[in-house]
Amino acid sequence: METILVIKTFAQVREVSGEGELEFSLDAHKTIADVLLSLKAKNEKWALALDGTVICAKNQQLCTPDTPIAAGDEVAFFPPVTGG
Amino acid sequence: MFARIVTNDFSQQGLYDELLAQAQQEHAGAVGAIVTFTGLVRDTNADGTIDGISLEHYPGMTETALTQLAQDTMDKFELRNIGVVHRVGRLHNNEQIVWVGCCASHRKSAFDAACYLMDFLKKSVPLWKKEFAADGEYWVEVKASDEQAAMAWLTPKAKN
Repeated sequence: METILVIKTFAQVREVSGEGELEFSLDAHKTIADVLLSLKAKNEKWALALDGTVICAKNQQLCTPDTPIAAGDEVAFFPPVTGG
Repeated sequence: MFARIVTNDFSQQGLYDELLAQAQQEHAGAVGAIVTFTGLVRDTNADGTIDGISLEHYPGMTETALTQLAQDTMDKFELRNIGVVHRVGRLHNNEQIVWVGCCASHRKSAFDAACYLMDFLKKSVPLWKKEFAADGEYWVEVKASDEQAAMAWLTPKAKN
């Protein structure tokens, strides 16, 4: 059974963490907030990358940290947008 | 309707023609106003001169969000047609970044719709801008004025 999440990052979060895309073992993580906590604990770069305002998306839809996650989901973290 | 993320430069005339042709196909004779907006790369920011920008996006999600915003804008202002094109990648000073075209029966809807789309594009579409200055590369910070511009649409206005 697949127990992997795909995590994507963009802009400052990508540059500071040094990882634009990674596979992440679902394990006991039930929500986006659980994933954020584990990533922050992973190393100093991730702690710094997720320190400011971070927007979350699940399967390419904006979501809040309390959103539940399941195996196969694509979860993304990025800073507030600045297009236009 | 069209909503596209592109790498290469675009022709305003080409987009205008496409927008109008689509509108006339479905609403022949009912298009009375077209407003277009084009955003360009400035050669300065608050700290001095810059040498262009780069724009990052979230492939897939950015296109979906832009299409959704265009559809919402068309519905809200009862437009006859709408088109939006946003570039990504490395852009030099003075290059075109974004183009919006709004077709309506009357001018006020077309002007308002173009403003609305740009205000929410800066808040809800996954795009990130980095500026290249002489002393390094800097991600653009969110401006409070951009936040306020989007919020203003959500605040009921006093009747004149």
